[in-house]
Amino acid sequence: MAHDHDHNEGPSRRKVLECMTWAGTGVLWTITGGVPHSLGLVDEAQAAEAKGLTFLQISDSHVGFDKPANPNAKGTLEEAIARVGAIPAKPAFMIHTGDITHLSKPAEFDDADKIISQAKLDVHYVPGEHDIIDPDVKLYKERYGRGTKGSGYYSFDANGVHFMGLVNVANLKGGGMGSLGDEQLAWIADDLKGRSASTPLVVFAHIPLWTVYPEWGWGTEDSGRALSLMKRFGSVTVLNGHIHQVMQKVEGNVTFHTARSTAFPQPAPGTAPSAGPMKVPAEQLRTMLGTASVTFKRGEKQLAIIDTPLAG
Amino acid sequence: MTLRRIFARGVMAMLAVLAAVPVYAADMEVKIDNFTFSPPQITVKAGTTITWVNHDDIPHTVVSKTLAFKSKAMDTDDKFSFTFATPGTFPYFCSLHPHMTGSIVVEADTGK
Repeated sequence: MAHDHDHNEGPSRRKVLECMTWAGTGVLWTITGGVPHSLGLVDEAQAAEAKGLTFLQISDSHVGFDKPANPNAKGTLEEAIARVGAIPAKPAFMIHTGDITHLSKPAEFDDADKIISQAKLDVHYVPGEHDIIDPDVKLYKERYGRGTKGSGYYSFDANGVHFMGLVNVANLKGGGMGSLGDEQLAWIADDLKGRSASTPLVVFAHIPLWTVYPEWGWGTEDSGRALSLMKRFGSVTVLNGHIHQVMQKVEGNVTFHTARSTAFPQPAPGTAPSAGPMKVPAEQLRTMLGTASVTFKRGEKQLAIIDTPLAG
Repeated sequence: MTLRRIFARGVMAMLAVLAAVPVYAADMEVKIDNFTFSPPQITVKAGTTITWVNHDDIPHTVVSKTLAFKSKAMDTDDKFSFTFATPGTFPYFCSLHPHMTGSIVVEADTGK
């Protein structure tokens, strides 16, 4: 899809957001001193070839989903993984921000594994609400939760960046939104204790950790408590899924970003009667599905997120 | 029409009457549509069975706040039924999408 941007001036943020909305074109973002500015569209940005730690985010693969919004969610996950394999500079690893499966069935987990493992990358998972609905609520933890705490949260370090995988889909209360819970909040406080404020943090969880749209439950009721524990850190990046569309917000040193689904798009907040799967013309579907890659350049405190649709 | 067919029809008609009796009595259905329980609030007599039916493309659950009842995840067109034997107010929600809430008010069956 062609777009007329005046690249001499550099695309304005509004223009870039229009691009993401209407064409699904990926954008490379750079954060310097908490202020984001775009470096341009994906092709230009990829040409610049980022050095540093690069990892991929994949989300909401919903393996098992076969409704009209995408009768072949397995197929679009396969396409996404094939594209991951084709990236010239191999990412260090992948994170999956939940809803691996649609109904937590063993066969869905098996199919997801078979496809995702073809990327030949380590994958760090957090569960979505669709991954913990098997009768005994044990399949996700058996497969992905080894060595994790509580409902499946954990942290790890890579290239000087501290990663925290959080769970905000368990033990939800009626009338509320996503929730981390007291036990996990205490663990977050403990996990961050003694860490230097100059350590970049990357926090990932399924449901957005900021309130996108409470009417649809798109938020985490106690995320403010988690973020207050991260206030002293100079660079915090929060990566989520759940809402099946790209959305970004910057607040002080914190950048919030949601990734596309590889399965089906969902409507923009408030633009439909509910958050259910959005049916779009077949030729448009792949512009609304995709993955994200995130790059840290060491020493520069820079972070770049590139959203790449399956087609666009 | 053969005698056997007439007999079969008779049996089916009887079954239909039998099957229809409880529905006629008071049993009710709550539809799940567009991430909403509809109707969101129902008042029934004790002994009523309520059936929830999921019409969405996304699974939902029906979970009582006090855990008096709890469905499995219901995929599209799946149903869950619960018989409310005791009077009281039973607020419930979808444990996957907790902004979805509803409540069942059960009144004592005075036999009227």
